[in-house]
Amino acid sequence: MATAAPTLAPLRPDSRVVLRHHWLVRLTHWLNAIAIIILLMTGLNIFGAHPRLYWGDAGSVDQREQLWLETGASPPWRNPTGWIEIAGTRFDTTGFIGVSQSPKGTTSFVAFPHWATLPSGRDLATARTWHFFFAWVIILNGLAWLLYGLFSGRLWREILPKRRQLTRAHLWTDIVEHAKLNFPKGEAALSYEVLQRFAYAGVTLVLIPTVILTGLAMSPGMDAAWPWLDALWGGRQSARSVHFIAMSGIAGFLLLHLVLVVLSGPIRQIGAMITGRMTIGGDK
Amino acid sequence: MIHRRQLLTALPAGLLLTGCDALTRNPTAKAVIGAGEQATYRWQRLVGRDGLAREFAASDISPTFKVNGTHEPTNPEWQQLAAGQFADWRLKVTGLVQRELALTLPQLSALPQRTQITRHDCVEGWSAIGQWTGPQLAPILKAAGLRDGARYIVFLCADDYGGEASKGGLQSSSRYYESIDLVDAFHPQTILAHSLNNQPLSTGNGAPLRLRVERQLGYKQAKYLMQIVVADSLAPFGGGKGGYWPDRGYEWYAGT
Repeated sequence: MATAAPTLAPLRPDSRVVLRHHWLVRLTHWLNAIAIIILLMTGLNIFGAHPRLYWGDAGSVDQREQLWLETGASPPWRNPTGWIEIAGTRFDTTGFIGVSQSPKGTTSFVAFPHWATLPSGRDLATARTWHFFFAWVIILNGLAWLLYGLFSGRLWREILPKRRQLTRAHLWTDIVEHAKLNFPKGEAALSYEVLQRFAYAGVTLVLIPTVILTGLAMSPGMDAAWPWLDALWGGRQSARSVHFIAMSGIAGFLLLHLVLVVLSGPIRQIGAMITGRMTIGGDK
Repeated sequence: MIHRRQLLTALPAGLLLTGCDALTRNPTAKAVIGAGEQATYRWQRLVGRDGLAREFAASDISPTFKVNGTHEPTNPEWQQLAAGQFADWRLKVTGLVQRELALTLPQLSALPQRTQITRHDCVEGWSAIGQWTGPQLAPILKAAGLRDGARYIVFLCADDYGGEASKGGLQSSSRYYESIDLVDAFHPQTILAHSLNNQPLSTGNGAPLRLRVERQLGYKQAKYLMQIVVADSLAPFGGGKGGYWPDRGYEWYAGT
């Protein structure tokens, strides 16, 4: 909806500054960024307290029948191997998962390395308190964003793929343009292309609701209040597994998002998400 | 302009990587973050005050109910009671009550019993399913009669977790204890279990009696119960936060 964006001030005859992002979008974007990074890092710390995932209702070191993911370390202890085992296949992850270096340079037997967790060392109590505080932030922030998107129509205009974008030819063109790192310029930069819409819709409408609902399903208090929660995922341990998988999807999105922002002009993109304004036209 | 924008975006990332550990120890940050627990407590009381924890089928029972925390209390008093098959053991009910009680195991078993197959969720992340049997807490509290001002039910245990017993009575730093509010105390699934899977509690699982408060995490399920104190404040007990683990930074309300 390029025509809907008001022109603020002409810079050059062929370029103009437009209001690209509404203040509510900018505010919720940055709150979300902070919340997601803290939730990821505290979540990895929490995972370290029991680095095993199961399917079903129950699972523990004494009940491993439905275990499907585990991290750990193996001897020789002078030169240990860190590993992650997924569905029976073990991968050597020394230096990252299972065995890594502490900030002091000593060998550390934590699931995820110190630089990836918050707090940096084992601290389940603090990690939990922070995780649940920012869970409130992401839920309330997400609701504000969703309500704005629904009532302003932004959800359909900007996030959900448009019907005309869903043809095979259009999808292919967008894939090729992304592969060539040709990013939209001019008026085209004022509306998201189809892959970008899939990514944003997937994260905001699928992955984030999934981590919220699986997170709630791990709470014995919420399971008693809303019994459908753990039934939805097939048990608390399944919910914990799906929580971890959806988290991995969000972490993957975050990486891709950051890479693409850098490749497509970080100052312009980040500037637009802070000030709301973006210059288009000319060579932009 | 451009420089400032770059700085604005670089700054939070840098702060996150270097400053977060320090921030987690900052008292103001702790107070703000701690507000999340209060919000969760109020929210769960709002939407699920009377909700029942799911009860499972006998076929769902975990083959082994994992023993966690204390495996066997070391203090001589409990050792002596265990040696005597807990014949001399009494559950004392004291504090803000009309009548103090001292109940034997046969007396507790003579009360109406509740059997429930529930999921035990450890704060670490694992779960185990077991069948618990014992009297509900509510009729015992009614028999004792709560006095005005009663707000918490505190459970004093026989085990000194994580080390030697320190001398400090109720303020002992290592003695295990837990506490719950009156909503959970009078909840129908809150029982004092003497049996797990139709067997008297094993030493590892809390003989002779443990609390089951099914809508909260494992560390609230106090084992080796010795005394129940009805209180108006949690300050006189342990480190003052209402439980062995809450004194060590874990949430007092462990519904999440």
